[in-house]
Amino acid sequence: MCVGIPAQVVEILPAERKMAVVEVEGVRREVSIVVVENEGVEVGSWVLLHVGFAMSVIDEEEAQAQLEFMRMLGSVYEEEVEAFSTEVPHSEPAAPPQPAEHSES
Amino acid sequence: MKFVTEFRDPVAARALIKEITALAKDQPPRKFMEVCGGHTHAIYRHGIETLLPESIEMVHGPGCPVCVIPMGRIDDAIAVASREGVTMCCFGDMMRVPGGKSTLLEAKANGADVRIVYSPLDALAIAEREPDREVVFLAVGFETTAPSTAVTAMQARERKVSNFSIFCNHVTIVPPVKAILDSPGMSLDGFLGPGHVSTVIGTGPYEFVPREYGLPLVAAGFEPVDILQGVAMLLRQLAEGRCEVENQYKRVVRDGGNTAALKILGQVFTIRPHFEWRGLGFIAQSALALNEDFAEFDAELKFEVPGVRVADPKACQCGEVLKGAIRPWECKVFGSACTPETPIGTCMVSSEGACAAYFNYGRFRAKTRIPVTST
Ligand code: SF4
Repeated sequence: MCVGIPAQVVEILPAERKMAVVEVEGVRREVSIVVVENEGVEVGSWVLLHVGFAMSVIDEEEAQAQLEFMRMLGSVYEEEVEAFSTEVPHSEPAAPPQPAEHSES
Repeated sequence: MKFVTEFRDPVAARALIKEITALAKDQPPRKFMEVCGGHTHAIYRHGIETLLPESIEMVHGPGCPVCVIPMGRIDDAIAVASREGVTMCCFGDMMRVPGGKSTLLEAKANGADVRIVYSPLDALAIAEREPDREVVFLAVGFETTAPSTAVTAMQARERKVSNFSIFCNHVTIVPPVKAILDSPGMSLDGFLGPGHVSTVIGTGPYEFVPREYGLPLVAAGFEPVDILQGVAMLLRQLAEGRCEVENQYKRVVRDGGNTAALKILGQVFTIRPHFEWRGLGFIAQSALALNEDFAEFDAELKFEVPGVRVADPKACQCGEVLKGAIRPWECKVFGSACTPETPIGTCMVSSEGACAAYFNYGRFRAKTRIPVTST
């Protein structure tokens, strides 16, 4: 949960709640842009995303480089993307999470 | 150098390794601590230790937020989660963190309503959607995560969501670094500063490291090349007799941090007089609590939190690992009683923890480097 993942802004939502729709690996989700408001976020901007919040605006080149690196990192990135893609859970008891995948052996 | 080919920029990596090797040759052995769990993971994942000269040792610091949660806080969270009508929301990483008696995962199996969320905002959304539940968000993390919790608290207040509260376990990065520097027998030569925490706090808060302890610190990114460059920058400082805070990760980290996020932190949180850290004991002014203005959203005030204190299990040497006094594999239960499936200590739970990272990646690659333990 400590790593940020790069995401691209696809829509800025109406002002008051300071939210935007971002896309990560083809999945879209609403996230907060309140802490990067003054950094000139717009549609097409890349942000570093952390638990549903854009924490900094980064340039496209940096975003692509990070993406490439994160994909290489394997499980940590996959866990983040999976979490990002998860919908807000309802009360029915969910299946216990799969044990984390270990060694490449 | 076979792993270098996996790097995004093998040419730069090779050049850096060459420079590091040359610099290291003219210096005594160096011990650098990487503070952040993201670095630890990347170092093992990419076998960076095996690329560095023998005289350079990377020590894994306290920067994995899951690893530093004391067992008592987990027991407290379980106590709240087990109350009638309560829904506890947490990040997935928290489910298997061992408390004194059980984990949140076990509490869930026993009927507690524990749900994994991606964001604190999701917990707030659940509270709004299910007004008859008391929804509690289990907040953990350093300054990278704390602003998200703060914004969520602000939104809860604006939207008057009275069935929402926060069990706050946010911690700050500087006090544990100080505690480690002050612990007896510490022999570090410099720090790789965390990347993403620094996007929020900037590089200013680390100035005490050179000023008071005479050690260099370089805030660095997560890619292998960033880490190598960070190490090279540390060695350069030492070679030139300099000692300062440098920012390797200028692409993302601004020296002044994120002022909007810092302002929000100041509006919502107050600093706790002390907070217990897994393996490190109580550290003064090292954690955040909701301030008076947000008291109505403070789960510790809303519910009776038992305030459990549990001593770390005897077998567990997480404290030594977190301080860098021993390496993960030197813990007696490493890989036998303690594995990612059945963690005894917290360092084995999160993939950013030193023990888990080493268990997952390091043990094969680093085999040749395992030093003989002196007992
Ligand atoms: S092996 Fe387990 S008990 Fe030992 S230090 Fe690592 S996490 Fe703690």
